[in-house]
Parts: sequence; structure tokens; C-alpha cells
Amino acid sequence: MTIYKKPILFTIMATLTVLAGTVAMMIYPQFLPSTQPHNELQKPYTPLELAGRDVYQAEGCNNCHTQTIRPLKAEVARYGPYSKAWEFEYDRPFLWGSKRTGPDLHRVGGKYSDKWHYKHMVDPPKMIYGSNMPKYDFLADAELNPATVEARIKVLGFPYTKEQIEELDGLTKMDAIVAYLQKLGTAVKRPPRPPKIKEGAENPNTDATSIANGQKIFEMNCTGCHGIDLKGGVGADLTDVLWLNSTEDFEDWEIFDIIDNGTVAGMKRRAEGGMPAFGDFMGTYKIWNIVAYIRSKEAKE
Amino acid sequence: MATQEYSYDVVKGFTFSAMLWGTVTILVGILIASQLVYPNLNFAPFLTFGRLRPLHTNAGAIGFGIGSFFGMFYYITQRLTGVSIPFPKLARAHLWLFNIAVVLAAVSLVAGMNTTKEYAELEWPLDVVVVILWVMFAINIFGMIFKRKNLYLYVSLWYIIATVIAVAVLYIINNLAIPVGLTKSYSIFSGVNDANVEWWYGHNAVGFIFTTPFLAIFYYFFPKTANLPIYSHRLSIVSFWSLIFAYLWTGAHHLIYTPVPDWIQTLAMAFTIFLIAPSWGSVINGYYTMGGNWDRMGNNYLIKFFILGITFYGLQTVQGPTQGLRSISSLIHYTDWVPGHVHMGTMGWVTMTICAATYYMIPQIYKTKIYSVALANTHFWLVLIGQLTYSVTMWITGIQQGAMWKATDPDGSLTYTFIETNLANIPFWQIRAIAGAIFLLGFLVFVFNVTMTVKQGRRLAKEVA
Repeated sequence: MTIYKKPILFTIMATLTVLAGTVAMMIYPQFLPSTQPHNELQKPYTPLELAGRDVYQAEGCNNCHTQTIRPLKAEVARYGPYSKAWEFEYDRPFLWGSKRTGPDLHRVGGKYSDKWHYKHMVDPPKMIYGSNMPKYDFLADAELNPATVEARIKVLGFPYTKEQIEELDGLTKMDAIVAYLQKLGTAVKRPPRPPKIKEGAENPNTDATSIANGQKIFEMNCTGCHGIDLKGGVGADLTDVLWLNSTEDFEDWEIFDIIDNGTVAGMKRRAEGGMPAFGDFMGTYKIWNIVAYIRSKEAKE
Repeated sequence: MATQEYSYDVVKGFTFSAMLWGTVTILVGILIASQLVYPNLNFAPFLTFGRLRPLHTNAGAIGFGIGSFFGMFYYITQRLTGVSIPFPKLARAHLWLFNIAVVLAAVSLVAGMNTTKEYAELEWPLDVVVVILWVMFAINIFGMIFKRKNLYLYVSLWYIIATVIAVAVLYIINNLAIPVGLTKSYSIFSGVNDANVEWWYGHNAVGFIFTTPFLAIFYYFFPKTANLPIYSHRLSIVSFWSLIFAYLWTGAHHLIYTPVPDWIQTLAMAFTIFLIAPSWGSVINGYYTMGGNWDRMGNNYLIKFFILGITFYGLQTVQGPTQGLRSISSLIHYTDWVPGHVHMGTMGWVTMTICAATYYMIPQIYKTKIYSVALANTHFWLVLIGQLTYSVTMWITGIQQGAMWKATDPDGSLTYTFIETNLANIPFWQIRAIAGAIFLLGFLVFVFNVTMTVKQGRRLAKEVA
């Protein structure tokens, strides 16, 4: 075995050995169409969104949040349609992450209202009961530097206008990260959910146990926006008979429908708000329990 | 070789530096572990989890891991080639620049300069410094190899050569980026390709920063300690070539179920399973080297460090490939199982081997004996208990969380919200922070023991003079 007496030859052979897998698995795929698909639906980041992405990187959000939804039943139910390769064309670097100490964020765009995000960033446990996310209130005090953002977007070659840069003046890192989060994953629309109940359906669970059950679910999921007293905040006051500037009372099945499908803009709602759909997390009986709880707290007018 | 004068200054320097950065790594680790349970321990903006976690991993990989093997490679290569460091001033500069780089890395990460590519978070000016450090190191290592007196290259030198080459290739390619100012850059790769490059790098950082260097160290220090020759030379050869061949194919097992093309994921899975063979080649070589003399586990305090170290390497390299399978990955990926896995490698295999080699090397250099075998044994049991508690609790809670993420009610809706699955982690996270503290205590006993050994060596040297 003479190679072990010839260091130069040995080094060359070791290099070639290491390069074999490198070429096959890393260099060759660089040139395949499947690793760089393009789809018109995916738009490059605007200056404000890019600034937000830079904040996301600087704060190391990727250490707790992933941005890739796996094609698994539970995952699609929890987060939305699984991630497509073309959605990441403008991501330098990719931000898929490797650990979920917090939830996946790939389709968080449009899920909550801007107002919710601002409040959540300032004090996460206020909006999500039991959250261990740090407070990012300091972002609201850090102003963006339009010149820096312009220099960065130029390097990436994304289209932008002078107005977009001028508009950054006076905006903060908080505005930027909210804008970035609201863009995430919005190129793919969620398919409509199959209806769980019929129009006009009556609540089958209205007994005391259901109300107590509903209270538990409500306190875990709803108090961030509607308050522990149901008096509202980010969301509507639920003790009022007339919600959301509507002219008449909501029927049980309509409340069910709002919890199930949310009030995200664009859906057929009486009032378009920023309430996310909870139907994926909650089965029929859980939602009916919440309806029963809300009814029990309603002002008797 | 009795007349040969070796140069040990930088060996000492790197060993002490690594002990310092190792302590920092564990301290930061305990802090971020506690932040998950007590979010009020996040001191924004500089000391939040998001900024400190890269500090923990970089301090561990670069400061402790690389720092340790820089020193040990300077030692091993001199001994195995029979020549001293050819450019001692360059080696001295290497030591200083290394420590300056680690400090700058820590400051820049805490300041929020982060490329977000895992285990390659440093921004481009520091990447340049790392490359310079690597070249400085390579010049001296290859210098010794080319000037060597012993014609035959021993196994450890193979692994050293492979480490020097592979890390250079991996680090440079993955960090290719377009700078915008001194503190920011954008990757030249995008989307799916960037992910594939990153995990080709990420997994091989494990391979060539946490595996091959410590195999070099194991193959040198273990037979020395046991005073027995390596069991099979042929097994060493087969293991070496198949290990450095297969590693580079496996990175995409970190990307199971992502938009990376399926064939890349599947091929990576296949090579990952194959990788069990060369990994266990070294484990078996270690076990058989004992030649049945297992009584030495009891009467030679150092043997058990090496044997436990290589055992954790063996467990790691079975658990790792298992996790690479799609079905297992779908359950445990993104959960705390993975930190549990990683820390068996870093706290078990790597740290155990570094400490053992240090216990052997320092008394050799200072021409003395270890200060206290009793303290070394205390150290051993503390780090073992700390590490096992850490890993086992993370495995349990990882499976629990993976199962809770998947759980559905009879009507097909999800049983748990995300936060409910997170709250279920809390008792385990608490135990993990305590496990980290026990491990830290063990490590401090090690630092104390080594420091006292050095003092004792210096005193003896004075007495002789």
C-alpha cells in the first residue's frame, strides 16, 4: 500500500473521494429545472418586505420558526397547502429552518391582521396564551434607513420604485417585519374548506358541560383577541348581541361559520376582519362548545 | 526520537483556549435552555434566544471543537511525523488570530449580524478570517507531513488530511455571498438550491468538524492510553475511505419532505443508511483494540472516557441514519428530539474524547502526572449523567411533540393547537436546563484538574532547574 507513503497522491485521492458526492448531490442539481422553477404568482420582495426579511434574519427568527410545510396530512391541516419549490425563487438565503420551537410561518401571511401582529410582537403571551416567544417591542423604536434598504435591494436586483424607497422614511423595523410576515406564502391560495354544518343548523351542545368545555377552549385560543371577559380588543366584543356593525343578531350557525372559516378579507362575510380560520384545529363539537360558551356570556337583551 | 525537540507552545495555547470557549458554550447553552421555560430571561435586543443560539453553536463548533483539534493536531502531527512545527511564528499568529476571531464572532452574532445559514452564521468578513486561519493551519500541518521522518502515514494523519481538505471545500462554497457593506451579505444561491447547499455543508460540518478530527484524535490517543495497537489496519483503511466517500452524499436527509427534489432526498437516505458501516468500522476497531482486557475500564481511569466516547459515536451513527428515514423523520423532525440527538454527539462523543485526549496530552507535555484521578472520575460521572439526562429527556419530549402535532380527533380535525404541544415540553425543558448545569459542573472539574496538573508540572520543572 504505497499510497500511505505518498502524501501528495493521498491528498489528491482524498480530495477526489470527497468531491464525488459533492458533484452528484450538490453541484449537479444546481443546473436542474426542478431546483429552480419559476411561477409568475411568486413576486419578488418589495423594499419594505425585504427590510422585514433582514430583520427576521438579524433576530435569528429561523432558530425557532420553520418556513416549509411538509406534504403530510396533519401539517397541511395545521399550516395550509404544502410548500412548493417555486415559492422560494427570491429567497437568498432560504429560511426553512430546522426546529419548531414556534409554529411554521410559511403561510402566516394574511392569517392574522396587522394589528394582531403589532400587539403580538410587543408582548407575545398577551396574544397567544402560554407563549415563550421573547418580546420584540424594541423593533418599534428602530427606524429604517431607506438608503441601506435601497443598496440591498439593488444587489438582489428586485424591481422597486423611488416612491417605495421614499415611503420607508419614518417607518420602523416593526412595520417592516409585519409587512414581510404578511407576504409569506400568499402566492398559494388555500382551497375552500368543505362545510362542516348545514346553513341554519342548531347547536346540539348547549348543556353546562359543553359551556364549561367551550370556556376552556375559548381561553386557550380566543382570549388574545377577544379578551378574557369577551369584551374584545383586537377582535370584536362578543358580549354584544350586534357584532361587527351588523344590523341583526347572528344565528348559531353563523357564529360557527366565522369560527370555522374566519373573517379573512375576500371571503363572503358581513364584516371583513382579520380573524383566522380555526376550522382546521377544531372539530365540529369543539366549535359548537365555543358557540355555547359565547351564547352563555351574551348580554341578555 | 528521544532527542527530537517538539514545539508545544501552541498546543498548550489552543488547549487552554478550547477549555475557555467550551465553558462559554455550555454557559450560553444553559441560558438559552432556560429562556425556553422563562422567556423573561431574554434581554432584548442583544441577548434573545434568536441571537444567542447561533452564539452557542458557533462557540461550540469553532471555539471548543475546532480550537481543541487545532491544538491536538499540532501535537499529533509532530509526534507522528517526527518533526517539529516548521513555522512556529505562523502557528503562534494562528493561535492569536483564532482567539480574536472567536471574540469577534461572538460580538457580531449578538449584534445581529447573522447570515442565518446554520453553522455558517458568521458574516463575510469573518468568513475571510476563518479561511485565513485554515490556510495558516494547513501550511504547518502539510509542512510537517512533507518533511516527515517516519515514511508511513499513520491512520490519524489520514483523517487530519481529510479534515483539512473537506472543511476548506465545504466552508468556502456554502459561504459564497454577495456583500452589501461590511455587516450584510446575500447568498449567491437561492431557494431550493440554497437549502441543498446549506445542508450539504451542514451535515458535513458534522462529518468533518465533529467526526473525522475526533477519529484522528481517537486513533492516536486511545492506543497510546491503552498501550495496545489498533486491532485491524485493514478495517481502518476500509472505514476511512468509505466514510469520507459516503458523508458527502447524505446532507439532504435534513431536507426530507421539503421542496428539494425527491430523488435527492431518497439518495441521501440510502447513503445515510450505508454510513452506519464505516462509522461502526471505527467503533469495532476501538472495542477490539481492548482485546478483551475490559478490566482496564476499572483500573485505568482514562480508558473509560475513550470507550464511552466511541460508544456514543456508535449510538449516534445508528440513531442518525434512523432519523434520516422518511417515516421517522415525519415524526421527530423539527422537534426537540433533534437537539437530543446532536448533544449525544457533542456532549458524549466529542467532549468525552477531547477531555480524555487532554488528560493524556497535558501530563505528557508538562512531564508530570494527572493532578487527581479522583477528580477525573468525578468529572466523568457528572458529564455522563448530565449528557444522558439531556438526551433522554429531549428524545421523550420530541416523540411526544411529534405525536401531538399529528394527533387528530375522530372528525379529522387536529387535537392540539401548537401552543398546547409546546406547553407539554416545559417539564422536559426544565430537566434539560438542570442536566446542562450538571454537565457544566463536570466540565469545570475537568478545567480545574487540568489547571492544577499544569501548575504541578511547572512547579516540578522549577524544582529540577
